[in-house]
Amino acid sequence: MNTLFGKTKEEAKPIVLKSVDEYPEAPISLGTTLVNPTGDWRTFKPVVNEEKCVKCYICWKYCPEPAIYIKPDGYVAIDYDYCKGCGICANECPTKAITMIKEEK
Amino acid sequence: MEYKPIRKVVSGNYAAAYAALHARVQVVAAYPITPQTSIIEKIAEFIANGEADIQYIPVESEHSAMAACIGASATGARTFTATSAQGLALMHEMLHWAAGARLPIVMVDVNRAMAPPWSVWDDQTDSLSQRDTGWMQFYAENNQEVYDGVLMAYKVAETVNVPAMVVESAFILSHTYDVVEMIPQELVDEFLPPRKPLYSLANFDEPIAVGALATPNDYYEFRYKLAKAHEEAKKVIKEVGKEFGERFGRDYSQMIETGYIDDADFVFMGMGSLMGTVKEAVDLLRKEGYKVGYAKVRWFRPFPKEELVEIAESVKGIAVLDRNFSFGQEGILFTESKGALYNSSAHPLMKNYIVGLGGRDVTVKDIKAIADDMKKVIESGKVDKEVVWYHLKR
Ligand code: SF4
Ligand code: SF4
Repeated sequence: MNTLFGKTKEEAKPIVLKSVDEYPEAPISLGTTLVNPTGDWRTFKPVVNEEKCVKCYICWKYCPEPAIYIKPDGYVAIDYDYCKGCGICANECPTKAITMIKEEK
Repeated sequence: MEYKPIRKVVSGNYAAAYAALHARVQVVAAYPITPQTSIIEKIAEFIANGEADIQYIPVESEHSAMAACIGASATGARTFTATSAQGLALMHEMLHWAAGARLPIVMVDVNRAMAPPWSVWDDQTDSLSQRDTGWMQFYAENNQEVYDGVLMAYKVAETVNVPAMVVESAFILSHTYDVVEMIPQELVDEFLPPRKPLYSLANFDEPIAVGALATPNDYYEFRYKLAKAHEEAKKVIKEVGKEFGERFGRDYSQMIETGYIDDADFVFMGMGSLMGTVKEAVDLLRKEGYKVGYAKVRWFRPFPKEELVEIAESVKGIAVLDRNFSFGQEGILFTESKGALYNSSAHPLMKNYIVGLGGRDVTVKDIKAIADDMKKVIESGKVDKEVVWYHLKR
């Protein structure tokens, strides 16, 4: 899980540029968001009820973040490091297998 | 292949369209605005006739036109658009994005006065308002320079990865027909090979995000890189201009074109079609014994500071003709030139003449009158009044 272009979260390292010469000519992405979790602003989080899930993967298609993954057993898993809690998955799930519950921090 | 120009009688706008065609642009996104419309109409005609293989994106505003150009250019395509006045102003926000993302888009801006009052005539305030967006700016004196300018702009832009604006006068050039020597396609292809982009959004093996967030830790360095690219562009402009001259007989190796400068007491300095009239006037004034010359600023961004210092060192005075105005201060070229000279040893007497705003005719007679005024300045050794609204009805 969580491999993106051959790198795992554990392997990814933040890129630190020390001198102006090390910078790319244009402001293109300096690395990978794997090292930059974007899921820490969530208020509600999606929770999957596997008893209701029919493995249609509509949630996986609709999720705007790299936050839903398909597990080896075919069910979906949420990566809370990247889930921003938008609730699109819960809204789109045809069997109402996903519920949004208040995040407790 | 031996160079034999193809002579066509075209308007400035058609010269721009032909240059885009010959540059083999791949994507054009545009919204029509007077007096730019016939540029993109002509390009649409090329496509309709099967003369060009161009993706044409009609959009609902200039802001979207530039947005579409940015997207297209970021995939590596050679991209073109054209606009004017309020349309250019509407692009303003996107112009920063294009330059910041280092996309060598070339655009023709047909210089037109800003409203209100509504006006469709020539005035440089529209393009000069975009001074700080990071775009390069080339000012064309005539239709030939519009054509040549677009071709050179692509070469310079794609070398330093900075977008460039080629500026022509509303109606005076855009809708006036003149003989333009065009270059056979094979020779244009030799001069301007296909673009080698810095990066491409269409490279799916190495996905990237363009223009993404930079914290205070990184932003500064990217700005410096763009500033350096402009410095580098000065060198590239001269090389490309020289190469253009060697290949096609019209030399653009100087960022400021000068005439009669060696023994001149003072020179007229300005940009664009205005300088055609100035050259005519200077020829006549010389015959009448006036020791005058001219300095036509071709590239306003990057600003040819070093060349200006050299010119200023050899003359007693400079009459800066501005067909533009920065409210609360003075003519824009005037401010720029004084600033450029401040730390140099050259301090000629400089006077600013605001002329031809909103398309008012600037004639040879006007230039002669300005020459007489400037002569008094030189003789008295002091500038009586820094800024003169020359054409004001009194
Ligand atoms: S949309 Fe619902 S049913 Fe379909 S895979 Fe996702 S959680 Fe399961
Ligand atoms: S809440 Fe939004 S971000 Fe989170 S998994 Fe669902 S669709 Fe993706």
